[in-house]
Amino acid sequence: MRSQRGAVSAWLLSSLLILATILTVGAFFVLKWRPEVASEHGRGVDRMITYIIFAAGFIFVVGHLVLSTFLVKFGGKGTAAYKPMTHKTEMLFTIGPVVFMVAVSELGVLAIGGPVWNQVYTHKPDDLVVDITAKQYEWISRYPGKDGKFGRKRPDLFDDQENPLGLDRKDPDAKDDIVVRGAVYLPVGKGAWFNIQSWDVLHSFNVPVLRAKQDAVPGLTTHTRIVPTAVGRYEISCAEICGPGHYRMRGFVNVKSEADFAKWLKSQVGWFE
Amino acid sequence: MAIAQAVETGKAGHQAHGRDHGHPAGFIRKYIFSTDHKVIGVQYLLMAMLMSVVGLGLSLWFRVQLAWPGKAAMTPEQYVAIVTMHGTIMIFFVVSLALSSGLGNFSIPLQVGARDMAYPFLNMLSFWIIVPASAIMILSFFVEGGAAAGGWTAYPPLSALSGFGKVPRGSPGSGMGQTLWLLAMALFIVSFTMGGLNYVATILNLRARGMSLMRMPLTVWTYFVAALLGLLSFPALTAAAIMLLLDRHLGTSFFLPSGLVVSGQQAANVGGTPLLFQHLFWFLGHPEVYVLVLPAIGIAFDVIAAFSRRPPHGYKTSVWALLIIAFLGMIVWGHHMFTSGMNPFLGKYFSIATLLITAPFAVLGVNLLASLWRARIRFTTSMLFALGLISAVGTGGIGGLFLATATADLHFHDTYFVVGHFHLMIGVVTMTGTFAGIYYWFPKMFGRHMNETLGKLHFWGTFIGAFALFVIQHFQGFGGMTRRYFEYSADYVQPALALNPAVTWFAFLAVGAQIPFFFNFFWSMFKGKKAEANPWEATTLEWTTATPVPHGNWERLPVVSGKPYGYAEGANGDAHRMQNAEA
Repeated sequence: MRSQRGAVSAWLLSSLLILATILTVGAFFVLKWRPEVASEHGRGVDRMITYIIFAAGFIFVVGHLVLSTFLVKFGGKGTAAYKPMTHKTEMLFTIGPVVFMVAVSELGVLAIGGPVWNQVYTHKPDDLVVDITAKQYEWISRYPGKDGKFGRKRPDLFDDQENPLGLDRKDPDAKDDIVVRGAVYLPVGKGAWFNIQSWDVLHSFNVPVLRAKQDAVPGLTTHTRIVPTAVGRYEISCAEICGPGHYRMRGFVNVKSEADFAKWLKSQVGWFE
Repeated sequence: MAIAQAVETGKAGHQAHGRDHGHPAGFIRKYIFSTDHKVIGVQYLLMAMLMSVVGLGLSLWFRVQLAWPGKAAMTPEQYVAIVTMHGTIMIFFVVSLALSSGLGNFSIPLQVGARDMAYPFLNMLSFWIIVPASAIMILSFFVEGGAAAGGWTAYPPLSALSGFGKVPRGSPGSGMGQTLWLLAMALFIVSFTMGGLNYVATILNLRARGMSLMRMPLTVWTYFVAALLGLLSFPALTAAAIMLLLDRHLGTSFFLPSGLVVSGQQAANVGGTPLLFQHLFWFLGHPEVYVLVLPAIGIAFDVIAAFSRRPPHGYKTSVWALLIIAFLGMIVWGHHMFTSGMNPFLGKYFSIATLLITAPFAVLGVNLLASLWRARIRFTTSMLFALGLISAVGTGGIGGLFLATATADLHFHDTYFVVGHFHLMIGVVTMTGTFAGIYYWFPKMFGRHMNETLGKLHFWGTFIGAFALFVIQHFQGFGGMTRRYFEYSADYVQPALALNPAVTWFAFLAVGAQIPFFFNFFWSMFKGKKAEANPWEATTLEWTTATPVPHGNWERLPVVSGKPYGYAEGANGDAHRMQNAEA
């Protein structure tokens, strides 16, 4: 009685695990499982992800195949044919997985991940510098204007309508600062270095198509670097819970050709001009 | 009054252990203010079941909103509060209570051969602190502004901006709801710390004669390591919670920096930093994952041994793997903070250190799998859950590779990939382990078996539903779908969004599968098939005493003579040897 039911359970669970494995692997072929990518380091991020998909996929598939085989092979009646393993075999089964896992994961992160990570956090001298300020529930970008200098932001001068960055009218650096609400403009193919700040709570400057994500932290300036590789309009979706309006804290990164960007920049007037 | 009574009971119970192992008289002392670890274990289980009704109910409610926006009669304010409370209740008041406190209390003294916990009164106290903690957590829904709504991680400034005194208000849920949340969590930590102390003291001091450390069942080893981890890491959260309360109510600036402007109102704070909270939170938060996951794996080892009729593969290497996981687990918290604004150099360190943990975990995984080699598997419900755990540990574990790699995390952080991953680990792994343990020890708890047909129904529904639901969420994370969103509108997220109804249906399946379990649990308690003392022919000490277990656990304490897993013994390999069998 037990053996029969055991056999049914063995086959059921075994087939289910195989089915789950096939569906999971198959999903990568059927689904549009990742957004397009439009930044230089973004391709590196995707390379890193692809590497892990193969490494993790190997473990996932082999693990489930072994488990399914064991269930059918050793499920049922009779007694266990267990014999203690020799010390040598046991060590092999310990050291093997350890070496495999450390090699696969650390090699991946050092060889593929590390350089991409550096790319994201290295400020190059000729980068376009963009200042991002987050507040519930809005993204505000700022460009330094002709003088190349950002004016100081003063909390006491903040006014949601008139002065959302708290810029000082008397500050010469602030006079020609270009302030854009809800959008960021970037030239294609050129590095952009972001200074990211927040007025109130945590937010996260997240542009999935550019594979960019960096928290905005009050009291701190955080950074990220993006080199866009394709002209387009990419959504910013806040990625750190910031209140009930979190889901509607949107914005757009408009990547333009270098000529179009220059034209756009020229058409802008400073906040106090 | 209740406390005075409890003190009395505690004393009486303790003396009873030393002298005549007498039964405490009366219903209240026996079942309500009991100091008996078995009763307390069951009390924790019942509490967890009660809280799971709330926690799972909340999840179905927001799953409806996610799959069919607008159909759930919910505002964005309610949504963030419900998500926050679902996470908090499930992690701390369901999984922790059922697995760590419930099954740990029941099994540890029985498996090490002790009459009770080292501090029975403390044990009772730790349960009775959970009662007001749970009540406060639930009641926080009904205060002005609603329940806490800053996520279960409660990151400041959002969670600190209380609106009390000169502190500006960050959101409706940042008001009294967040204060009550912190209060309930503080009580929880007090209780959990007392529980952890009890586990460590019991395991170190009350083992039966002959029970050397390397003769302890793996379940006990995992509870031991988990308790140590908890004791070392929870103080960081305690400190964080106190500082957050001070920031909220007394105008201090631990986590609030200079220059804050909230909804146009300028704050008076100077010099704090929100990142400090994240470090303190994850200094607990990451070890907490192992506090929950390791005992589930330990239970799986015991259950798999009993139902595969052979000792688990690699006892020694498993113990070493546990210790290494514990050590590494304490120094990798920053992998939750790759995009937080922490120094990028630290991101690299945390990435490299975290990936080292895959090695001891691979050892545990291989040992679990290899434990089935040349076995004779008995497919009881308990065993099915333990087998499901192997699959879930593997699947959840490899998801960790993606998140531990800082560069890949740039894409996955705060998406449904994270949600799917941690639900597989601290949802599915922990609960398959818990259910394996409940079906396994139920006969010892109540002297009756749970119904196997209902049990299998429970397993298939839970496993298929949970596996599908959380694996699909990984794909939504690949698609960049952000967490904690009430609604979605972006173009890039549309393919991931299309999977939402499927996720919700599988959630209904997984939650629906708990109905036969609840029914089975209470029905079997009174009407289940009567159980013998050792129905599974298992070899660890809890099966050497009578069923139902007397107060004080044994007439005469067992004396241990060998390894915990005496399976496949005898000339034909079909005999088994109890751990206290005479040599």
